[in-house]
Amino acid sequence: MKTVVERHLNILDFTLASLLRRKGKNLSLLTIYLLVIFMLASLVFFVTALKREASLILEDAPDMVVQRLMAGRQDLVPSLYADSIASIRGVSEVRPRLWGYYFDVNGANYTIMANDDPSAEPESAMIGSAIARSRNMVVGDLMPLVSYDKVPLLLQIKSILPGGSDLMAADLILISSNDFRRLFHFPAEQATDLAVTVRNPKELATVASKIVQMFPDSRPILKSEILRTYQAIFDWRGGMTVVLLASALISFIIFAWDKATGLSAEERKEIGILKSIGWSTSDVLLLKFWEGVVISLTAFLLGVVLAYGHVFFLSAPLFAQALKGWSVIYPAFRLSPVLDGYQLAVLFFLTVVPYTTATIFPCWRAATTDPDAAMRS
Amino acid sequence: MRRSIKYLLLTTVNLVLFSLLPLHARYAQRSADAELKVQAVRLRGLQLTDLCLSTEARYTRHPALTDRHAPFQEHPLALEHFPSGSLILPSRLPNENP
Repeated sequence: MKTVVERHLNILDFTLASLLRRKGKNLSLLTIYLLVIFMLASLVFFVTALKREASLILEDAPDMVVQRLMAGRQDLVPSLYADSIASIRGVSEVRPRLWGYYFDVNGANYTIMANDDPSAEPESAMIGSAIARSRNMVVGDLMPLVSYDKVPLLLQIKSILPGGSDLMAADLILISSNDFRRLFHFPAEQATDLAVTVRNPKELATVASKIVQMFPDSRPILKSEILRTYQAIFDWRGGMTVVLLASALISFIIFAWDKATGLSAEERKEIGILKSIGWSTSDVLLLKFWEGVVISLTAFLLGVVLAYGHVFFLSAPLFAQALKGWSVIYPAFRLSPVLDGYQLAVLFFLTVVPYTTATIFPCWRAATTDPDAAMRS
Repeated sequence: MRRSIKYLLLTTVNLVLFSLLPLHARYAQRSADAELKVQAVRLRGLQLTDLCLSTEARYTRHPALTDRHAPFQEHPLALEHFPSGSLILPSRLPNENP
């Protein structure tokens, strides 16, 4: 046992000395490898955490949202629709929602929503933390908005939603229904859309078809469709994921391909010398195995640890930038950490195993040739 | 100290850090979930339908409620031009497989 351990330690010593002889090349190799794993692991962590938060947040989404379409665009829903939908058997509640977008002069886009809460005072607002951050506002400050009648509406900040709700409400401004109607010159007896609650979730599709029969210009959106939209966004085939996944995988393939297609003349010569001084083929293969392990295992472990820090301690600045785009108001992605063992295992087998194999294979070919020919090549 | 021992020590440190990640995740998840639930209860009445991932365009702010043509409806011959539009897919059609 002791001899086996000693043999491995000796070979590892030799491997490290050999790697340090080509310090520049191997350090750059380790850096690129680490970056590839860092990107892949960050992506896995970010997407898994967002998926989980989405499922938690969307638990409270309405069973169905009913919109009205006019010439292919979303239009306001008359309250008559709400009364008729409420009379459909199985529908327990129909709540007209008042919400819209306010484009501020600084380029920010706010989501403004009417708050049904009876405690909502006129000319006061509850705002998302990203708005407060962007406009340096605190509770008690006045927030001026210009109504569609060009009349200023001064809203006093009643409270600021905490940063923990950023993924739900970073850009949200909650005001009373009257202020909402004043701000947008919103017609009475109309709503942006209807939130419909159905007693038995199995009846959702039936209720939706009844609504379409009753109002052919309506567009019901089921909760399952909302969830599917988010599944699609965070799916590996989704826009965000596939761009990053493809670039990281392609760089890894180029990198492993370079390693697998052959050895440098110097490495070939080294193998020839080792064989001529008495190293067996298995010793040479063990040396190359350790070389692969030293590079790939270090890159994997460090890459995953750094990716975890990037996503869960630093709020994924690399991905947040991509999602931010031209947004003036954007959430801080303070995600609750999720670690999926299965995904980490897949990442390990997709990166460490092919690289180590790619390192051993060309060496096996060199190690089985005549040492004299290997040295002369 | 032998180089091999130094390397094994470094790998052990990395492995310890790596194995601490699930423990940290479990601990942090518990407190973050509690906070998220408090906020969700606070906003439950609003029946929000979307996550605030990006606010630059209406169709990426509320992807679940927009239709597939929304990015091209700004004006005739309008092209989708918001950066987040290339990252956030449009909503799924009801008969489309997830």
